[in-house]
Amino acid sequence: MIGLLIRDLRLSVKAGGGFGLALAFFLIVSVLVPFGIGPETALLREVSGGILWLGALLACLLSLDRIFALDWEDGSLELLATSPLPLEMVAITKSAAHWITTGLPLALVAPLLGLFLNLPEDGFLWLVISLLVGTPALSAIGTFGAALTVGMRRGGLLLSLLVLPLYVPSLLFGSMVVSNGASGEAVGTPLALLAAISLGSLAILPFASASVLRVNLR
Amino acid sequence: MSLSGAVLPWVTALAVAMVVGGLIWGFFFTPNDFRQGATVKIIYIHVPAAIMGSGTWFMMLAASLVWVIRRHHVSALAAKAAAPVGMVFTLIGLFTGAVWGQPMWGTWWEWDPRLTAFLILFLFYLGYMALWAAVENPDTAADLTAVLCLVGTVFAVIARYAILFWNQGLHQGASLSMDTEENVADVFAYPLWTCIIGFGLLFICLVLLRTRTEIRARRLSALIAQERMA
Amino acid sequence: MLEITSLACARGAVQVLQNVDLNLIAGEAVVLRGPNGAGKTTLLRIIAGLSPALSGQIKCASDSIAYSGHADGIKTNLTVAQNLNFWAGVFGQRDITTAFDAFDLHDLRDRPAGEMSAGQKRRLSLARLLVTGRPIWCLDEPTVSLDQENVARFASAVQAHLARGGAALIATHIDLGLADARIFDIKPFMCRKLVETDPFADWEAA
Repeated sequence: MIGLLIRDLRLSVKAGGGFGLALAFFLIVSVLVPFGIGPETALLREVSGGILWLGALLACLLSLDRIFALDWEDGSLELLATSPLPLEMVAITKSAAHWITTGLPLALVAPLLGLFLNLPEDGFLWLVISLLVGTPALSAIGTFGAALTVGMRRGGLLLSLLVLPLYVPSLLFGSMVVSNGASGEAVGTPLALLAAISLGSLAILPFASASVLRVNLR
Repeated sequence: MSLSGAVLPWVTALAVAMVVGGLIWGFFFTPNDFRQGATVKIIYIHVPAAIMGSGTWFMMLAASLVWVIRRHHVSALAAKAAAPVGMVFTLIGLFTGAVWGQPMWGTWWEWDPRLTAFLILFLFYLGYMALWAAVENPDTAADLTAVLCLVGTVFAVIARYAILFWNQGLHQGASLSMDTEENVADVFAYPLWTCIIGFGLLFICLVLLRTRTEIRARRLSALIAQERMA
Repeated sequence: MLEITSLACARGAVQVLQNVDLNLIAGEAVVLRGPNGAGKTTLLRIIAGLSPALSGQIKCASDSIAYSGHADGIKTNLTVAQNLNFWAGVFGQRDITTAFDAFDLHDLRDRPAGEMSAGQKRRLSLARLLVTGRPIWCLDEPTVSLDQENVARFASAVQAHLARGGAALIATHIDLGLADARIFDIKPFMCRKLVETDPFADWEAA
């Protein structure tokens, strides 16, 4: 399991691994927002939390189809399925690798983009915390979506259609944490619910992912 | 098959009678609401459609569970057949909600919890149907969509309450509930119940019809394949 | 070690094999023969547990099968040693030098797998079998793109595996030069019929 994690992380930083693409996408989306809605500081201040969460979510979505696609193409997925590693472990390891290469860096650069979008000072800490707590759910749900669509032609678009509705609760609670935090309101409840979704997704979705992987492999 | 074939015309006739009867009753033989005027009458389409829109998803959930546990082929096809029906009911609920909301709330769309939840439900239907359409092998498609339906249900329920938390909304409370205080008056309730039952029967007849079609389509493709083998 | 009784296999909606009976004992190699499309790959995938069988039984100890298919399962961005180390780790083994010896990969050790030829990749893919530590090898066309010399290397790796008490089931068209390999022709078990001739027929009648 650790071996698979290390391999995936190593592959992601090699040429063609796509590490950094999601970050660049996040940067571009966040920078484009003021062009779309205007440069008024007050307005940006108001929406920055939600925009940053949405940007992070889309950046996350962008890299989902790579979770299983490469292993599917070169036959590694088949070999992993016949290995002593249960597919549930494979799924959770893949989620972890996706989170480390996408969710974690997104959470770490988010404050920088918060500056661009005039995020209120009190919001920065909550932005990072909410992304750290919320993005594991995005990776776990995304792994499930990737497992559903593995091997399908033009699975990428279908993947977005399947995964985005599942992202709704995380997005709602995540941006609520940031906006409440920015305006000095209590963040405890949405943060707890966000954490609950992440933990629940990590606990249950690997089983769903493994079962659909088995179906897709046969 | 013969049972469903025998039942189908009766259910259809009853559904049409109840929907038409309920709507005529509701539209022409109930007084206008003292605040909402004649616009309140959209309730006779809006509420039954919304109930069936969410009810269909639970029927699909039940059918998916039967497929996962018992691998009963008809249940997979029934879930497949129900999805577009549920999607259209949801769409009708959303559309009538918008039409009703315009004179009442002064806006075509309001990010009200119930409307938003139905919008999300609509997206779930789209994803579910897209997955059915994307997979060629029918058993594989049934397996994948069943798991999606199970996972989707969990997230749809979470989303429902997340949205409630996010925005309390303008939507009026339940029109028909155990709590008699906030219910609509009986004069509205009887035609409303007629419409709800009528929509339910309409749902049954559409799903029966579509499932029968799916079964025959499967038979047909199997027979064509057999022809090709010979 | 492996006991297959009256196995029926389907590829998609078509049943291709019926009543397959096959026993594999320790130290034995069986070569699967059969024309293209006979169902060799399907059979091996079912034995490996990737696909379900239509009916019949497969008896073997759990986690005893090492499968190798058409695809090499190699990460082109990683070096030969990294690739092999990864699989050794997954299978809980440490020693990869035996595998390197068997397929003469020492010189390629630190070469990115993407820079290797098809035959060299194949050797790496076969070397993976040695780090699985599993007794039953299920191999689907293992010698594709191997030259004479490396086919011989592969044959001696199989011999060594058999000598250690392993077994091998190999689908191939060429002569591997395995002296005591048993040929198992799947031609007598071939069939072509639809899995479901008329689904829901009883529903229509009922």
